Amino acid sequence: MVPKKQEAMNSSKEAIIAAIKKNKPDLLPLPEHPEFPYGDNLIEQFQASIKLNGGAARTGEGKMAIQSYLKENFTPDNQVLSLVEGITGNFDIKNVQDPHELEHIEVAVLEGDWGVVENAAIWLPEEKIVHRALPFIAQHLIVLLKIDRLLGNMHEVYQKINVAGPGYGVFVAGPSKTADIEQSLIIGAHGPRSMVVFLME
Amino acid sequence: MKATPTHAAAAEEFLKDEERSHWHDDTLWHVRSKRDVAAQKIPEWEQLRTNASQVKDHVLSNMDKLLLQFEKNATENGIEVLWAKDAEEHNQHILRILEEYQVKNLVKSKSILTEECGLNHFLEDKGYDVVDTDLGERIIQFNKQVPSHIVMPAIHLKKKEIGDIFHKHLGTDEGADDPAYLTEAARQHLRQKFIQARVAITGVNFGIAETGGFVVCTNEGNADMGTHLADVHIACMGIEKLVPRAADLGVFLRLLARSATGQSITNYTSHFHRPREGKKLYLILVDNGRTDQLGREDFRNSLKCIRCGACMNTCPIYRRSSGFSYNSTVPGPIGSILSPGMDLKKHSTLPFASTLCGSCTDVCPVKINIHEQLYKWRQVITKEGPSQPSKKWAMRFGGNVMSKPKLFDLMGNLARKSLSISPRGFVYNSFNAWGKHRELPEVPKESFKEWYRKNRKQ
Repeated sequence: MVPKKQEAMNSSKEAIIAAIKKNKPDLLPLPEHPEFPYGDNLIEQFQASIKLNGGAARTGEGKMAIQSYLKENFTPDNQVLSLVEGITGNFDIKNVQDPHELEHIEVAVLEGDWGVVENAAIWLPEEKIVHRALPFIAQHLIVLLKIDRLLGNMHEVYQKINVAGPGYGVFVAGPSKTADIEQSLIIGAHGPRSMVVFLME
Repeated sequence: MKATPTHAAAAEEFLKDEERSHWHDDTLWHVRSKRDVAAQKIPEWEQLRTNASQVKDHVLSNMDKLLLQFEKNATENGIEVLWAKDAEEHNQHILRILEEYQVKNLVKSKSILTEECGLNHFLEDKGYDVVDTDLGERIIQFNKQVPSHIVMPAIHLKKKEIGDIFHKHLGTDEGADDPAYLTEAARQHLRQKFIQARVAITGVNFGIAETGGFVVCTNEGNADMGTHLADVHIACMGIEKLVPRAADLGVFLRLLARSATGQSITNYTSHFHRPREGKKLYLILVDNGRTDQLGREDFRNSLKCIRCGACMNTCPIYRRSSGFSYNSTVPGPIGSILSPGMDLKKHSTLPFASTLCGSCTDVCPVKINIHEQLYKWRQVITKEGPSQPSKKWAMRFGGNVMSKPKLFDLMGNLARKSLSISPRGFVYNSFNAWGKHRELPEVPKESFKEWYRKNRKQ
């Protein structure tokens, strides 16, 4: 026997589908999207875009640069979680069972998969962040992005990625921000209070 | 039940505070200007609008098949898909889930659909603690208000007022109104709520039929803070929010944030395809009048809306009357063509809250012919009988005069003579809506017809 709630649900589904069939217009074609040019100077474009989003991007420095950035901006008692090989933190994600244990992470160091220069969106699929909450719950975010992973626009990045590959994936384009009080831009609404991208060869 | 005030009456209330109305106007225009700058940076902007419009045309014409494809793929991904024909069924689904998990408090990110369904009141009446986590929404939730704008829910409030609200509810310093200080207080308060909540509700910006996943856009990261810490994620989605392919997102995401606030993208654009291991993900597909609107040939393409709010920011009426004057979940031009389809009587004055200037249509990223639909709703409403008798009699009288050339000449003559000698109080009074807050044009000495006759002889 079908449980009662299931029965009601199926009837709602049937009613909605039947109403659409009855009311929809004749089939209209689905357009193909052309490719659009975006110019060169990818690095400069990316830097300009992320600045507008409230973040920053640095270039020309190796992984040592991240290490010294950490040293300059954080103290030894800050929880530092790095998922980038060669950058050492003091918090091991392997021990984390429940994302609530990430509550006091001061800074997370992650590697982006692709970066889009028109808007500084960086694709972070689930496997690059391990815990979905990590890029949000950390007080600060550092992202390493290889320069050869820069793309022009959103059309291009959707050609490169398989959105349904990971159970979850996110474009992060800057720190957490809000302008809900009289349109004043404030960085650090709920998530990271800063985001710095290191662009590397 | 109290009747809904007309838009004009509600707007009049807002306009009593002249300084505030100017401030509101300027603030929204500033957002509109930022949109222009962002749009003009993209040479292919018009092409993107055309493609977005065509994708949505296709979706409306193929919605049954796309929805079934979406449901099938989402189900295979491990998402539990529920269907709701109306607001009541949507709310009941959520109640049942909360009962099943025995959860009394939940966090919610912005969802205009749940506003439309009255979810917060429904749950609060049953003793649930619903915490809106978008900063603007939390402010108006404290203030027991509804959003006055779909993208900037608290745009009607000044920082001083928000300072007072936070002093009362969060214990911030009395009189403190620094936005950074207030935002920090909200951050600390809401972080606790995120950490504690076991259920998180979000809206949906786009559902992807070919992959069975969905996209949620925020700047604050509040949708993600909620869902990634909770055991249960409930996503609420209007059935029109579909796109067929992931590639279509490239077009829509380039348009959405630029149209909304002039940003190139929201700082977080999250793609959900499967629940976290051992956790639960529900997706509720809601009709609530959308299939009816699909059947109205003149109005169906209002369903293409991606809720960017650009039409509100540009509208000379919205900017000067504020969202509340519309008494509709979605205010402004797009609300004025969506809401009459939900309740024609309640929203019968909204299509008249427009100058038909067409600016809404010009900025719409999916090319909805908003101002033409406003005009068409006016015709529907007037046919059904106008709600205001004064308008009805004036129209009948005007129609009569204009259909008889001699009578028209006579009336014109009389008006020119009498207006030039009438005392001010006779012309500018409560019977003459056109004389409110504005001066009538100077009365010409003669009609065009008279002038033409005279000058042609020479």
